[in-house]
Amino acid sequence: MIYRGKAIKYGDNINTDVILPGQYLNLTDERDLAAHCMEGIDSDFVNKVEKGDIIVGGSNFGCGSSREHAPIAIKASGVSCIIAKSFATIFYRNAINIGVPAVECPDAIDEINEGDILEVDIEKGTVKNITLGKSYNATVYPKSIQNLINVGGLVNYVKSIRGVN
Amino acid sequence: MPMTLTQKILAKASDKVEVVPGDIVEARVDLVMGHDVLMPLAFEAFEETGATKLFDVNKVVAVQDHFVPAPDVKSAEQSKRLKEYVKKYSMVNYFELGRGGVCHTIIPEKGFVVPGDVAVGSDSHTTTYGALGAFATGLGSSEIGVSMALGKMWFRVPEAIKVVLNGKPGRYIGGKDVILEILRRIGTDGARYCSLEFVGDGIKYLDIDDRLTICNMAVETGAKNAIFEVDSITNEYLQNRVKKDFDVLKADDTAEYKGEIEIDLSKVVPLIAAPHSPDNVKEVHEIKGVKVDQVYIGSCTNGRIKDLREAAEILKGKKVNENTRLIVVPSSQEVYKQALQEGLIDTFLEAGAAIGPPTCGACCGGHMGLLASGEVCVSTTNRNFIGRMGSKESYVYLTSPYVAAATAVAGKIVLPEEA
Repeated sequence: MIYRGKAIKYGDNINTDVILPGQYLNLTDERDLAAHCMEGIDSDFVNKVEKGDIIVGGSNFGCGSSREHAPIAIKASGVSCIIAKSFATIFYRNAINIGVPAVECPDAIDEINEGDILEVDIEKGTVKNITLGKSYNATVYPKSIQNLINVGGLVNYVKSIRGVN
Repeated sequence: MPMTLTQKILAKASDKVEVVPGDIVEARVDLVMGHDVLMPLAFEAFEETGATKLFDVNKVVAVQDHFVPAPDVKSAEQSKRLKEYVKKYSMVNYFELGRGGVCHTIIPEKGFVVPGDVAVGSDSHTTTYGALGAFATGLGSSEIGVSMALGKMWFRVPEAIKVVLNGKPGRYIGGKDVILEILRRIGTDGARYCSLEFVGDGIKYLDIDDRLTICNMAVETGAKNAIFEVDSITNEYLQNRVKKDFDVLKADDTAEYKGEIEIDLSKVVPLIAAPHSPDNVKEVHEIKGVKVDQVYIGSCTNGRIKDLREAAEILKGKKVNENTRLIVVPSSQEVYKQALQEGLIDTFLEAGAAIGPPTCGACCGGHMGLLASGEVCVSTTNRNFIGRMGSKESYVYLTSPYVAAATAVAGKIVLPEEA
């Protein structure tokens, strides 16, 4: 699976409270959540995000609360994938589970500028910065996680192993 | 191969003789906890998998704690949805507002966790239960839904960091200062994906409430879990609370650790995390004098009986500063009742504090004590991210109940002995 889109870039330790502030945790419709995505750190995000965009983070992206609302809001905003130097453990799982690949690619991040066109190949484990004409190696998922992504996330995976449609 | 305590628990729960860091295991879970914010979503995922009943009705717990008492209709609907799922799946462990409290206080308090358990919860602070020698970690709603259906979950076996606590803590020093000291040293991603394993002679000076506080905020270091060895203090706490048997596992002496942190508890001083990160840790004396609009004493981090006793010790016979408001929120019904019996609530009321019902409330930016722009709050909670407790332009400092109570009296940040 290859994801292509423009980069929207943030720094280190982007926590789930700034991705989706706690006051909105009583919302459940993904469009309502998307309307507040990144509100704690970037009130312009909702205006500039376009379908397929790739969020670029520094280290420890998604730290803090386990709220799955955070990756849900990101996904519903149209973001196709998130790359970062590293991810916080719960966010990493949550994003993959709902079908937003979280890809660790420490070498690519510093050179990416906001708006660069990126191409992420999760099977090969590469991130290409089309704008700069450079390619970087990303962490390849273990087979078990790759299987989960291939069927579209955790719930589908469980359905497939239980034989339930 | 020698194993750490976390590795031993995960090996046992996945029927393996040994596991090594990096292994991906499918472990049985002994407890699945969910609350009003994530559990309705977890039940949606549960139903989407095709599941029709809980893997074990005795091992799943639902708690109304975040948006209760409901501050608005949307929150009321959310709580109602959880209650409907509780009925639909004939849950036996359900804690309605007024019957329980904040999840991470009541799970240990009511004996749902024993040493050696694998416990998962729909909340990052599920790491709290490691204080009782369990492997405990937070998950998102999809994984909680799947855990409720299958009774197992996959985990990557974490590398371990050994935290050696030596010496006896000084006056006014407790669990909050210890975890802030760790955050000061390793930052918010210093233990990312790792387990923090607590050992050392100093542990005997930390009671269970202190250990719960330490493991609670261990997640702020990025840790997957945090765990204390079981000792006589653990056993005493568990007595009369737990009904199930358990085996006490121990780390092998030659287990491998990725890193080691040694802390002399006798040298730990009162600490405070300044805005806007739990690792922006200062010694209280460094930032003395910052004027404070609100002091909040409560939460799954520091809303237990020991915390309220410490706050009352400072507040006894004193008044909250005229420029400051103090909100005290006992973190469970049991804590509230105990505080009433001991006269702590009287002390708070006499001092001019407002007492709230057990709820996550303002800590998660929900309700019952949010901050206006420009306001400063000194809080015993766990996170001070931008906008965490209200306005994006508010400022939250995290500290111990001693420092928070003293600050309420002074109206500005002070050391406990200065109130």
